[in-house]
Formats: sequence, structure tokens, C-alpha cells
Amino acid sequence: MSLEEHKLEIFRGLIKFKSNEQKIWGVLIFLSIVTIIEVALGIIKPDFLSVYFMRMKLLNWIFVILTLVKAYYITWDFMHMRDEKSSLKNSIVLPLVILIPYLVFILFLEADYIFDVMFEGFVSWNF
Amino acid sequence: MEVSVSKSYEEANVWEGGDQKPLNAGYGKLMMWFFIVSDALTFSGFLVSYGFSRFKFIDSWPIADEVFTHFPFLHGVDAPMYYVALMTFILIFSSVTMVLAVDAGHHMNKSRTAFYMFLTIIGGAIFVGSQAWEWKNFIKGEYGAVETRGGQILQFLSAEEKKRVSLSDFAIGIPTERSTQNKNDGIWFKTEKSLPEFSIDEVKKGFKANPNILIRIQKIDENGDKIVLSRDESLMKIDSAILVVEGANLVRNEYGNPLFADFFFFITGFHGFHVFSGVVLNIIIFFNIILGTYEKRGHYDMVEKVGLYWHFVDLVWVFVFTFFYLV
Repeated sequence: MSLEEHKLEIFRGLIKFKSNEQKIWGVLIFLSIVTIIEVALGIIKPDFLSVYFMRMKLLNWIFVILTLVKAYYITWDFMHMRDEKSSLKNSIVLPLVILIPYLVFILFLEADYIFDVMFEGFVSWNF
Repeated sequence: MEVSVSKSYEEANVWEGGDQKPLNAGYGKLMMWFFIVSDALTFSGFLVSYGFSRFKFIDSWPIADEVFTHFPFLHGVDAPMYYVALMTFILIFSSVTMVLAVDAGHHMNKSRTAFYMFLTIIGGAIFVGSQAWEWKNFIKGEYGAVETRGGQILQFLSAEEKKRVSLSDFAIGIPTERSTQNKNDGIWFKTEKSLPEFSIDEVKKGFKANPNILIRIQKIDENGDKIVLSRDESLMKIDSAILVVEGANLVRNEYGNPLFADFFFFITGFHGFHVFSGVVLNIIIFFNIILGTYEKRGHYDMVEKVGLYWHFVDLVWVFVFTFFYLV
């Protein structure tokens, strides 16, 4: 792969780097900022974010979304997915994007059901 | 026809995917991507089953902030998450040096590639060491707790400060003949696990003698805090305790649900094994760079392939970090 093949824009062209090496440092700064935000939120745990949304705290939703953002930039810029053909991108990302949410959906729904059974059942779990 | 086939077969570098690279990627790189997809599904299976157990016991799951509170050289300081955050930065940084090595490889710069590979190896080694230290603290435990007949963990708090107290702060020693059975005594020549520092009777006696100690149970209230019993409730509760638990292992866990410890050991252990394998692969590639193997070959594609694996390990850690420490 030659130098010209690297795509040097991130944030949909908002920031354009001069070289691949510069882009790497730029992405590192971005990932560090996201991690610092995560850790700060994890330590402070602001009260207004402990509202429940779809049976999970808003704070936890923020953590999950920030993690997916980080995963995107690690894959796209560190693993050079941005420079690959779209056929390769799709054949790697699509199976994961389809299978993992499916697994999450089924198992979490079942776990919630089991919790309800144990919570409302006549068996004491705390003795 | 046959001649031309065998000729092009000879000419084409099979490991590079032949003349026409499918999806514009070499054979090795494509296979590394396939491996990463399958490994990603494995890890998501583990993490989702962790989530399953957590949602199943959503009202009694241990609070990670209280479990991982150590930082090197800061003894007794409550530092939740700082150390894991540091570990995350170390791994992201070693990912950066890896991608810089790949970039230097594209420029056919042997010494720079070797230098960045070396930094990557160092980062990986520090990370594995940190994980071992994290395990050590978790296995050793901090305050100690007791377990009831139903397998519930009871922890102890001081009444005024609402701070955790360790068993050694209040347990009253009872003279006893009981000692750890070793291989050389007894008729079955079996060694038992080392006994906890205090027996359950000593903990109970100390608890009853000290009116300032309350019991905290596994259940979580609406604010996400563990429920603290009143003194009277605590006195009733202590009678159901049958076992002293210190630290965590695959069967018992002083921080709460043993499943938490099981998943922690299994998932971070599996990830740590990936990091370890990555460090070994990186060392092999490092020596190949030094020996000039890729210089002779004319390209540094191997650095790129091992780099993909290394970034994947970093990617998995991002998820482990979120689901074990943050959420």
C-alpha cells in the first residue's frame, strides 16, 4: 500500500490531516479525550444521569455509546479499515453488526424474565 | 494451456493472494480479518453472558467501584478506576506505536519499524503485568466478609462513619486447637486449603461484642447503594452466617455474587492470554525486522497483519473496560 492510498479525513472531512502519521496522533488525542470523559463520568456519577431509560441508567447508555465510538475509530483508523474496499468493510462489519445485537437482545430479554420470576416467585433467595 | 497455468502459479506469490487479490487484500491479511471476526464473536459471547448474569441478579450485583480500588504505591487510598484507566491508556498507546510501526514499514524504514515494534512490546508487557497485579488484589481481597447458609455475602460497616471495616478490626480471638491440616498428618495425607485468619465463631463473637458494627447485604436499593441493616436486624442476620470469606476465587467472592468473580477471571484472563500471545507474536516479528527478513522480501506486510491482531486486542479491552468497570 502506498502513501497516497490513505484517507486522511476524520469526522466526515471536518478535520483533514497532512500525513498518515499525523492522523494517528490526532486519533490518539480523540480516543484519550473520550476515555477521560468516560472515567470522569464513572468517578463523579452525576445524579441527573441516573434516570432510567429502557431499563438501563442513562449514564450506562452514554458509556456504551462512547465505547462504540472508540471501537469505530480504532477499527477505521488504526486497523486502516477506512482505506479498504467497501466489499471488505461490509463482509467484516455486517456479520458482527447483525449477530451481536441479536445475541444481546435474546439473552438480555431472557435474563430480565428470569429476574422477574425470581423476584415475584415464592422462593426466598436471601436467607 | 497447462504450461501457462503452471507458469502463472509459479510466478504468483500465493501467500500474497495471487495476481488478482480478492477484495484488494493479501491472503494473510484477509485470513487475519476472518480470524478477528470469529474472535470478536467469541468475546461478544462471553461479554453478553456476563450481561445475562448481571441482569439476572440486577438487584444484588457487586459494585465495581468498590472492588477495584487499588493503585500501586498508594496503600489504603481509595482510588476507584484510576488504575484501569491507566491500563487503558497504556494499551491504546501501544496500539499507536503499533500503527506507527506499520506506517514506518510502508516507508521501508527498517530502524524506525523496529523501534516502534519494541515500544509496542514494552507496552504490552506492562499491560499484562498490570493485569496480574489487578488479579492479585482481587484474589487477596480487602476487608473480608461472611457467607450465609443461602450463599449470601454479608459485609461489615462501622455505624458512625458508614465505612467498611475489616474482620481483623473487630473479631475476637478464641483459643483453639484447630490448625491447617497438612500432608504429613492425618490418615488421608491430604492438604486442606489454608484456614482464614479468623474462624466464623471469632467473627460472630467480635460482632456481638462491638455495638458499632452493622451488616451490609448484597441487595441494592433504588439509589444503587447496598442496603445496610440496623443493629437489631444485623444481630439476627449474623446467626445465619456459616463461613468466613476472604478474597475471591471461583467458588466464593467476598465482594458479592461469585459469578462476578468467575466472569472477571474468565474474561480478563482470556483477554490477558490474547495480550500475551500478541506480545509473543510481536517479539517474533521484531526479530524478523532486525534480521532484515522483510527488507529482503521487499515489503513489511507481516507487521501490518500482526498489527491488526494487536489493535483487535486493544479493541476488546475497550469493551471489557466499559462492561466490567464503568457500567
